Amino acid sequence: MMRLSPRDNVAVALRPLKSGETVTLDGATIKIGRHIAVGHKFAARAIDKGEIILKYNCPIGTAISRIAPGEYVHTHNVESNYLPTYQLPDNPNEAK
Amino acid sequence: MLQGYLRADGRKGVRNVLVVAYLVECAHHVAREIATPYREGGVHLIGFPGCYPNPYSLGMMEKLCTHPNVGGALLVSLGCEGFDKRRLARTIEASGRPVLTIGIQDTGGTRRAIAAGRDWIGETLPEMLRHPTVPMGIDELTVGTICGGSDATSGLTANPAMGVAFDLLVAEGAKTIFEETGELIGMEHLMAARAANPALGEELKRSVAKAATYYATLGYASFAPGNADGGLTTIEEKSLGAYAKSGQSTIDGIVKPGVVPPRKGLYLLDVVPDGEVRFGFPNINDNAEIAELIACGSQVILFSTGRGSVVGSAIAPVIKVCANPDTYKRMEDDMDVDAGRILEGRATLPEVGREIYDLVQRVGNGEPTKSEALGHQEFILTYKSFEPLGPACLPV
Repeated sequence: MMRLSPRDNVAVALRPLKSGETVTLDGATIKIGRHIAVGHKFAARAIDKGEIILKYNCPIGTAISRIAPGEYVHTHNVESNYLPTYQLPDNPNEAK
Repeated sequence: MLQGYLRADGRKGVRNVLVVAYLVECAHHVAREIATPYREGGVHLIGFPGCYPNPYSLGMMEKLCTHPNVGGALLVSLGCEGFDKRRLARTIEASGRPVLTIGIQDTGGTRRAIAAGRDWIGETLPEMLRHPTVPMGIDELTVGTICGGSDATSGLTANPAMGVAFDLLVAEGAKTIFEETGELIGMEHLMAARAANPALGEELKRSVAKAATYYATLGYASFAPGNADGGLTTIEEKSLGAYAKSGQSTIDGIVKPGVVPPRKGLYLLDVVPDGEVRFGFPNINDNAEIAELIACGSQVILFSTGRGSVVGSAIAPVIKVCANPDTYKRMEDDMDVDAGRILEGRATLPEVGREIYDLVQRVGNGEPTKSEALGHQEFILTYKSFEPLGPACLPV
């Protein structure tokens, strides 16, 4: 696991994380909500709907729903502040 | 010290390629048939498919056919297309390179045009390949960088490692070019803070704002479904990773396709057309951008990939830096550098950066890249339109 900057509200999985697994991030224990692949993100703390997502201490989008600590953070709960993210219709990332 | 091919304009190439260029899609087959027997022997196929004239594509072809890695050019015209073949031939001739234009209609059709083209290459290529090499410094290199098939590991390993290599190249006096404004959306303020002067900073912001508007009109960001599969959620997250390719150096200027940086340093390539949205997506794939980096004088291209791109390019060698350790295991034959070792704790960022820097020099000395050895010579050129660079864009 890696938080790229101390202020980030998301962290990056450096190895595949299993659903229900607990990880330690800066001394805090976080229970992982579901399988998270390498490079994908999870919430490092509770994130409110409308809150800016910070990675590398830079905004990468806005939460469109409340996100619990350890929950997978991706296109199902985050939107770009610039241009929408295009995905193939039969390839929902939430299913992975 | 490298060994390069000295050209009449003083620039040096790290390859000595004869290009066969079709000037409209109608001449593509004939050009490919001419080039195919020689494709392992230093003959690369490039071309422009459109029949309507376009100053951008003419300028691109002029820069590509007189690129330091190119030693001669065979132009293949159908005969009735709008491409200004006479101007292109004059430009190549004035550069001191051998050039011939074959008109398929004038030559008497497909069979005769293919025979005439192969005859000319048969005479020209052996002499061109005897071009002697001369010593060449790193400060005579221009290196372009691109990322393609990015995933969430690209911004953690390969892109920052290429940034380290860029910093080393800049310190040695090389010219370096990073791209692309559509994948720097969200980075405009960070970039402006690194500009050599405030006026350039404003130009950098303007170029990204132009890209955001352009892509918004088209309805899609420069973002492929595979980027999201790989863990990238938004264009600004992808941009953060892409931006890391530029390293830490001061940004010295902005170039547009075909503009050769005037002196050493770090330059942003603005690939998004000026004016109203006219010809569709700025770059329809990675090779469109690679061709533009080459037209700006890049003799070597650094290409980072997480999902696993396999492309190379005509004219310039492409070094593939693989960001994702799993992708590297699957596609090792296509990858020159395993930057995923950083993620696995088997190497540090500075180590991989240095490895890329060393490889640039070996490739500059003739060592083939993986994509070159596999025969990759992708090329694409489409319609665009640009206005001249603003006065603050280049260093004085």
